[in-house]
Amino acid sequence: MSKLIQPNRRTVLKGAAAGGLLAATPLAGRFAQAQSSAPIRIGFQQHITGVGAAYGRWYGRTTEAAVKAINDAGGINGRPLEIIAEDDGTDARRGAEVVEKFVNQHDCDVAFGTLFSHVVIGSAPAAGELKMPYFVVSEGHHVASGMLNRYTLQPGITDVKSQVQAMAPFISENLGKKVTMIFPDFAFGHDHRDYFTSAIETAGGEVLEHIAIPPTETSFTRYFPAIPRDTEVIYHVMVGPAVLTFVKELGEFFGPSAPPMFGFIDSLEAVDLNSPGLEFLEGSYFWEGNPRYAQADQSPYDANFRAAVGVDENGASVSDPSDVSTYAHMFGCWETLYIIKDAMEASGYQGPGDRAALVEAVEAMTDMPHSNEHPQGPKIFNGRTHQAFGVQYITQVQDGRLNLVHETSIEDTFYPDEVDYTTQSL
Amino acid sequence: MKVLGLHLGLLALLAVLGMILPAYHQGNLSRIMVLATYAVGYNVMFGYTGLLSLGHAMFFGAGMYGLGLAMQHGGVGAVPAFGIGLVSAAVLSAVVAVLALRTIGVAFMIVTLMFSQAAFLSALYFGEWTRGDEGFVLAQQIRRVGEVDLSNPVTRYYAALLLFSVALLLTMRMTQVRFGHVLVAVRENEERTRMLGYSVWSHKFWAVVISGTISGAAGAAYALLFGYVGASFVSVPYSIFPLLWVLLGGAGTTIGPFVGTLFMFYLIDYLSGLTTAYMLVVGIVLVLLTLFARAGLMGEIRKRWVPWLP
Repeated sequence: MSKLIQPNRRTVLKGAAAGGLLAATPLAGRFAQAQSSAPIRIGFQQHITGVGAAYGRWYGRTTEAAVKAINDAGGINGRPLEIIAEDDGTDARRGAEVVEKFVNQHDCDVAFGTLFSHVVIGSAPAAGELKMPYFVVSEGHHVASGMLNRYTLQPGITDVKSQVQAMAPFISENLGKKVTMIFPDFAFGHDHRDYFTSAIETAGGEVLEHIAIPPTETSFTRYFPAIPRDTEVIYHVMVGPAVLTFVKELGEFFGPSAPPMFGFIDSLEAVDLNSPGLEFLEGSYFWEGNPRYAQADQSPYDANFRAAVGVDENGASVSDPSDVSTYAHMFGCWETLYIIKDAMEASGYQGPGDRAALVEAVEAMTDMPHSNEHPQGPKIFNGRTHQAFGVQYITQVQDGRLNLVHETSIEDTFYPDEVDYTTQSL
Repeated sequence: MKVLGLHLGLLALLAVLGMILPAYHQGNLSRIMVLATYAVGYNVMFGYTGLLSLGHAMFFGAGMYGLGLAMQHGGVGAVPAFGIGLVSAAVLSAVVAVLALRTIGVAFMIVTLMFSQAAFLSALYFGEWTRGDEGFVLAQQIRRVGEVDLSNPVTRYYAALLLFSVALLLTMRMTQVRFGHVLVAVRENEERTRMLGYSVWSHKFWAVVISGTISGAAGAAYALLFGYVGASFVSVPYSIFPLLWVLLGGAGTTIGPFVGTLFMFYLIDYLSGLTTAYMLVVGIVLVLLTLFARAGLMGEIRKRWVPWLP
């Protein structure tokens, strides 16, 4: 197992340092063949502070690991990658300012790495106006919904609509057809409410009750009597610090006679599954973008990814078992950087003047096979909607670890196009 | 005359800077002028009238959502939508004034905070229209006035300057007329002002309405110029920001809100490039300024060197 990557504030390989180091290594020959050996500058919009900091920390580690792997293998078009990280404070206004900074101050080639939807949506207008390719790793439906613009793409992670939709057949066939949904009363929860309700009806089930919890709530017991008695499955997507209280109070409410539960791991990203109060989750099911615990049939690609980033078989940092990763999402940074690499190589990218060609090269992508470049699983990219589609994983809590019980097909995640960005001007 | 010259000089300097600054700083200054307009609005209530609001984000949000929802769902053009934003902020501030001015001091602060939280939760609750915390984008092609594209960096800069100029000159004028003098009197001694025969309540009421409307204009302009409308702009931090900007620049000075906003923006921008603990450094700087420059940057300048500064 490799050592955990500990990212610095700005970069793994600073431009000058990169040049110096590379000149002294066997890779120098490969880099020297390029027309320009100047680093390709990737503006990394990182949630270093604010509500997204736990994600930002692991997105940072994954990004550093991917950059190291790409640079060790010769870089992009013979040029090394350089990461320019800027903190967006998980704030929409600062996010837009950071994108402008990447373009006008740091002379970055592309911007990349945003997770929280409000930051993506707040920053995308700046990216579109400045014609800066903006690769988000957010899983929001904002890109594929058509809300954004031609320069905003999400090729390295699937979106919430496809994820939710792909869960419905499994729930309906294996857990029950009468569902009660408990979700936070803001956009993230509303996405689940809307997409799952229609998907479960298509799968022959129904939602008996929608229980929306106000975002300022810290105690949940008073909402539980609204759960109908004939509920067969509880679908929950509470997020934030209150999730531990939520699970504990749900356990106290139901005791041993709880119906099966299904949740999204977003609730527990960066949270140790064996934290006190989470015992009630034993036996419940979760969507995972990428299984946190190394599975019995772990792919060599996952093993390679895990080792490169410095994550142990339980999904925690190799240097601190209590530092649990955001494993269901962070692979998106790794995969996105490889997509940027492939697109730059396909378009013969030389500099900011080739940004439009870079966008077109990404739009031309389709199949992304399961590989070291795509360790989460195979994907199909839709160039019209700028969104990737891929397999989803359902795991069950068994003896305090999440074991894989179902893997969806990519086709389960498809839905009709809602936009064709290729009709917009570049 | 000196006062008018100073203000026009600042605006002329900003106009020239718009032509010579590099793109990055030009973009920053566009944002700073919009946010400074918000601070100018806040200053009318806090700096001149002595009413400490902890809920001003609701007025910024009223302008932002007034314009944004009208353009997004009503298909309204930019100019009438800006008018709707202004009216939304004016109406909200009038309603809040009528209710909140029944209280004073700490109770007033808490009531404004509660109203603002109600506004924030409303933005989340009506997610079908507002997209809640995620917010929504105002498409580039609708952010136009006739043939003028407001998403163009140069146009945007001068639109922001126009907005800031109106707000700045309005408050400058306010400090010169009786209405402004009475506001300062209310701030300094409410009882004495009442004894002199002025209606304290009506002056406070209009201070809240003017303050809220200017803040709403800033919110509407932010949405129009930068193309994003979201609930985070109605959250608690966005009520605290103008307070910090005004305290830093100098409460009760016309130029202080701009100086404070400019200082804070570049402090964060610069420090965040040096350390991830930049907010800690910002906090320490704020504490030091509070300890050693209690009147804020422009307030200290007025106290020490330029007593005629409005």
